[in-house]
Amino acid sequence: MTAVIAARELRSLFLAPLAWVILAVVVFILAYAFLVQVQVFTEIQPRLAGLPSAPGVTEIVAAPLFEFAAMILLLVAPLLTHRAVAAERRGGTLVLLQSAPVSSTQIVLGKYLGLLAFFALLALLVAAMPASLALGTAPDWRHLGACVLTLILLLSAFVAIGVLISSAVEDPIAAAMITFGTLLLLKIIDWSTEVATETRTGVLMRYLSMSRHYEPLLAGRFASSDILYFVILTLVCLALAVWRLDADRLHG
Amino acid sequence: MTSPDELLIAATGLSRVYGERRVLHDIDVAVRRGEVVGFLGPNGAGKSTTLRILSGVLAPSGGTVRIAGIDLLEHPIAAKRRIGYLPEQPPVYRELTTDEYLRYCARLHRVATSEAGAALARVKDRCGLQDVGARLIGSLSKGYQQRLGIAQAIVHSPEVVILDEPTVGLDPIQIREIRQLIRELRTDHGVLLSTHILPEVQAVCDRVVLINAGRIMLDATLAALSDATRRWRVRLRRPPPIETLKSLDGVQRVDMLDAQCFLIAGPRLDSEDFARRCVGADWGLVELTPQDRSLEEVFLRVTSGDLAMEAA
Repeated sequence: MTAVIAARELRSLFLAPLAWVILAVVVFILAYAFLVQVQVFTEIQPRLAGLPSAPGVTEIVAAPLFEFAAMILLLVAPLLTHRAVAAERRGGTLVLLQSAPVSSTQIVLGKYLGLLAFFALLALLVAAMPASLALGTAPDWRHLGACVLTLILLLSAFVAIGVLISSAVEDPIAAAMITFGTLLLLKIIDWSTEVATETRTGVLMRYLSMSRHYEPLLAGRFASSDILYFVILTLVCLALAVWRLDADRLHG
Repeated sequence: MTSPDELLIAATGLSRVYGERRVLHDIDVAVRRGEVVGFLGPNGAGKSTTLRILSGVLAPSGGTVRIAGIDLLEHPIAAKRRIGYLPEQPPVYRELTTDEYLRYCARLHRVATSEAGAALARVKDRCGLQDVGARLIGSLSKGYQQRLGIAQAIVHSPEVVILDEPTVGLDPIQIREIRQLIRELRTDHGVLLSTHILPEVQAVCDRVVLINAGRIMLDATLAALSDATRRWRVRLRRPPPIETLKSLDGVQRVDMLDAQCFLIAGPRLDSEDFARRCVGADWGLVELTPQDRSLEEVFLRVTSGDLAMEAA
């Protein structure tokens, strides 16, 4: 049942122009950033050649590209996730799911997986750019794989947060704005000077900050605690969304 | 399991509280297989809330719902497989085509992929949607969208069909078609439909449940209702004194229309017996006509608080 809901969600995304526009614009911007990065690499390559453990092409081209992609997708994710539940509620189609023999968990998972499939496709399109370097050089495939996985983990958290807010907020546009605010806050929360301290707030801020978890992963420093951060964030948001949909039946 | 009297919806003691406001009080609803039950009441009486509870969209604050013997609150998934529900607004995705949408609904209601094609063909045929299978739902007229709403409610052949104001916003021809469809559904389903259109109840329902301000005011078969509220117009050439008429078996009330014409009320009045008495007493019986009171009259009397319903 989850798959049926996810497939419908994905299909409806592609039936509206927005998803195509987002794919086109994001890929165009990232392709430009990629080419700029390649240009930088070719310029500094002669100087790198002399260094003993010089950074490779993947580190110089792919890692910054994925970091830039994470930033752009933070802006883009709310545009797609805000409709997930809020628009169905407003359009009167949520009742179809609520009266069907499916659980709230299946509804939420269906929405989440449908949206995540779209973003995973986007992540693969981004990955195709540095992968194309294989035509002329030898990219570090393991590092590239780590970058794709990191981006998908990050997008999974984005989508889960978006689905939660879309199920909790009546107005879809308000849901988009709140999702955007939440994602941005999680990104900039470590800007406070507090993070440098060992106080409880400092530790908490360091832990909550998204950038502090994905930047090491993108740089190729794998820590299971960082991966766990995204998994936990995703699961908590999805569980809260299920709880919110169940509350609809009790209070609606 | 498929006895004609099988209870498909058995709801007892339903109540619903929104914050401080109690919108349903102790509602009992029973729908049997082969029966169309009309849920009638003024706007805001609690019809939609009750239907939302019966379809599992809303949880009741108190009471139980059993769908074909399965407790809806304890086993929602199993119970919901047996329900088809059309909410007030048809729950359609405007960006899908009719076929895509119905296929999705069939899958959502656990119709196997291999059977979905046949289910779609059957339901499109039944609801007159054969020609719009490839059309986008957003481009369909209100009437077609309403039919599509009914189609999604029956695509998985549920035992219970719950329709919230199925003919609202339709033109007279479409209304006739939808009513015909509802009458056909009766053969293998139990149907509960809400409406505030009285002739609709008379046209399609076997039984009427009248609800007002969240309480059930009346629950009677249409036949019993018309028997109970029936009056007889009697014309006698040589009428006896009105007291004599009043004392006859089964007569409750006699109104004199003119010197020879009377209006006699009595739910248990047997017309054959009455005619025999008139002839036997040589009152010169020239007319004995049943006068069915309209449902509208009953509705207005019940909702205005006059609860002295002989039928109840």
